[in-house]
Amino acid sequence: MLVYLIRRLFNVVATLLVVSVVTFGIFFAVPKITGSDPALMYAGRETNETALAGIRVKMGFDKPISEQYLIFVKGIVAGRDYNTGVDSTHCPAPCFGYSFKTETPVWDLMLDRIPVTLSLALGAAVIWVIAGVATGVVSALKRRTAIDRTVMVGALAGVSLPIFFTGMVAPAVLVYGLGWLDVSNYRPLTEDPGAWLNSMILPWVTLAFLFAATYARITRATMLEVLGEDYIRTARAKGLTERVVIRKHALRSTLTPLVTMFGLDFGGLLGGAVLTETTFSFQGLGTAAVAAIGAGDLPVIMGITLLAALFVVMANLIVDMLYAVIDPRVRLT
Amino acid sequence: MIRRKQALAITAVIAALSLTAACGDKGDDGKKGGEGSSNAAFDAATKGVVNPSDKKGGELKLWSPQDVDYLDPARAYYGFVWNMQRLYIRQLLAYDSKPGADGTKLVPDLAEALPVLSNDGKTYTVKIKDGVKFEDGTPITSKDFKYGIERVFAQDVLSGGPTYLIDLLDQGQKYPGPYKDTDPNKMGLKSVETPDDKTIVFNLASANSDFSYLLAMPSSSPVPAGKDTGATYTNKPVSTGPYKVESFTASKGATFVRNEHWDPKTDTIRKGLPDKVSFTVTTNPDDMDARLLSGDIDLAVDGTGMQQAGKNKVLKDPALKKNADNPFTGYIRYFAFPQTVAPFDNIECRKAVIYAADPKSLQNARGGPTSGDLGANMLPPGIPGSDKSYDPFGLTKGEPQVEKAKEALKACGKPDGFETTIAVRNNRAPEVKSAESLQAALAKVGITAKIDQFDGKLSSSTIGSPENVKKKGYGIIVMGWGADYNSGSGFLQPLVDGSFILPNGNNNYTEINDPEINGLFDKAASAATPEAAAPFYTDINKKVMEKALYLPINFDKAFVYHNPRLTNVYFNDSMGKIDLATVGVVK
Repeated sequence: MLVYLIRRLFNVVATLLVVSVVTFGIFFAVPKITGSDPALMYAGRETNETALAGIRVKMGFDKPISEQYLIFVKGIVAGRDYNTGVDSTHCPAPCFGYSFKTETPVWDLMLDRIPVTLSLALGAAVIWVIAGVATGVVSALKRRTAIDRTVMVGALAGVSLPIFFTGMVAPAVLVYGLGWLDVSNYRPLTEDPGAWLNSMILPWVTLAFLFAATYARITRATMLEVLGEDYIRTARAKGLTERVVIRKHALRSTLTPLVTMFGLDFGGLLGGAVLTETTFSFQGLGTAAVAAIGAGDLPVIMGITLLAALFVVMANLIVDMLYAVIDPRVRLT
Repeated sequence: MIRRKQALAITAVIAALSLTAACGDKGDDGKKGGEGSSNAAFDAATKGVVNPSDKKGGELKLWSPQDVDYLDPARAYYGFVWNMQRLYIRQLLAYDSKPGADGTKLVPDLAEALPVLSNDGKTYTVKIKDGVKFEDGTPITSKDFKYGIERVFAQDVLSGGPTYLIDLLDQGQKYPGPYKDTDPNKMGLKSVETPDDKTIVFNLASANSDFSYLLAMPSSSPVPAGKDTGATYTNKPVSTGPYKVESFTASKGATFVRNEHWDPKTDTIRKGLPDKVSFTVTTNPDDMDARLLSGDIDLAVDGTGMQQAGKNKVLKDPALKKNADNPFTGYIRYFAFPQTVAPFDNIECRKAVIYAADPKSLQNARGGPTSGDLGANMLPPGIPGSDKSYDPFGLTKGEPQVEKAKEALKACGKPDGFETTIAVRNNRAPEVKSAESLQAALAKVGITAKIDQFDGKLSSSTIGSPENVKKKGYGIIVMGWGADYNSGSGFLQPLVDGSFILPNGNNNYTEINDPEINGLFDKAASAATPEAAAPFYTDINKKVMEKALYLPINFDKAFVYHNPRLTNVYFNDSMGKIDLATVGVVK
């Protein structure tokens, strides 16, 4: 088990290194090869040679690309200084780069955004897993009944309706129409838990609706398949109660593909739920990435890409570990 | 089975939509209109002060879909940031806080009086008011002004802001800015003298009637050398105004709280009414409009106006419309014809494009009449010397002039038309639509235009590089332009003065370099006052239009809605935005 974990952690680091080489290459090596000057993106409306030269020195664009990459990796571990010769800005470890546009270390920006995205993803995940799996199971057990059909139509709507639509309808109904919720902006959990909850409910429900629908449909399909398996018939023949058959035998097998999917979905979401964050004006990692793309703020795009990659590989690692718990046939070696 | 499912889904969607529509109306009724008596009416804030009041208190909630560029006075260049800076920094001179044209006049701010000019107009002497302080209570001295101006010269550290001060004050010294200054007191810029703590003297190389405007720009603000943190000063600039920066998080927002060392007796411009001002960056402009209409927030401070959905809603409802205005923004939207790209070296070919264009269709491409008045020439209303009725090509008739276009094509030796490329920024939808409108209109006279959408973030190296423009064959460039300061030179000079042609970041796209026009700018600069300079700009505008180098699309307008609770609401013509210097939130 420990050996497995260590081996997998090495894989995680290797994957992240590959991602970092590729993204660094795209953002910093390609412009160098094509002859475009990344400093121009930072110079703003008033471009002059002195400003461009200052930017090149500060951001290290004047150095060979391999050296730039090594400095970048070293910065993540040990921090680095952005120095123009007369003005120096320290970027403490983990230094994921420095945004020249906003004069802040990328890690500070990400640290500010992570709680928003994490709040969104965690809350929505709880809702969609519970709601999705429960409705999927009920639907499978009540196959071809009115309940099954109603739930599946709801699921179809959930899968088909884009976030920006449900994100528009939900406040219109729950805030402006029924008055159950207030118009609110994101408030940190540590600042005011009540206000945090109030601000999170709509985005959670909107985001969970989309995912829950997929989970319900997959749970239903897998469950139906599992219920037709021989070992279920054997279990029933042994005289086990239906409740035990479903819970101990059928549901456990159904969970395996769901957990795999959940790992990818949740990891991806932690990298930024762009549409939900945009719709609800939340300042999370997703909107930060979009804003950075709009502004050409390469270090921020690169930092968030790496962080998103980290979330995905970590979520997958956790999922792989969970297999051993869910399915007794799996041994981690 | 599938049909039944689809029918159910459709029914559910329709039901939700009807609920949305119904709820939208209900929700707005709750707060719209505001309480108490009000002189609010559509466009009233462009002509006078709406809801005059001196009541203090409350939080002014400003939102914007665009983040600030910098809070550092030396680096900020966005117009709306300059407006926000009226909350926390002051200069020697400032635009008066008055509606209409009065708002374009400069008045003393931290200065005791307007500058005293020497007879030859080259020396400006300014005395600083008594009792003016930074947010830590330190008195503001002439050296702080000099240091603030010197910072602009440190372009290698503090890029982004306007550099006019370098153009006028360097005078061959090649001053590197205070960080590389060898003077022990960092006071090495020779053209600016500080004989005592209350007096500052600017020595220009030649007379320049625009210099006062430069003294009113944020880049001329005082900065205490001991508090200068270089590039990161933008995250916590030192305040001299009624508010100080409490917190700032890039791409998220800022809060401003009262600066207890601001003395209202020293300030004739600002009222400092709200107790707090918050600035929030949003990612969803439609959501921002919904919050504005529900009374949740006060103003979309970027000043570009409502989205189409919000605008339609306001226009249909008189109770909402009375809180909306449609001011000129001071911008012109236009097409430019670089002369280095054939056949635009021929004036008749340029005229053919101008006559072939469909002005109404171009206006619609930008969002219809509320997006601006039909453009007639290249000097927008509000700038001294402008004349909105001067329309040499009959563009305000709103119709394409196909016969005239065909005649012009014959005269330029291309009776069957020609091929060209329109360059347009890919991140500006109205500009792309304008290019498409022109493309369609040109096709009717045989001109085939290909549209090249380039990365808008790289304007300074694509259309801003004359070499690249020629290489790519950009015969037509779509752009917009607003003045940095409210004079003809502030608006026109970067566009049409030959000495402003730059290898990168060029704005003189047509590469017009006419000795007569260049000379007129020199004459205007040496005029004693901005008023005296105005006729020169009228003349320059005519000379430029006669060369048929530009096709103006419109004199830009914004459709701006404000929360009815706002007091002292008016548009300051110097920036085409609601003046934040006086706005309050308690009636």
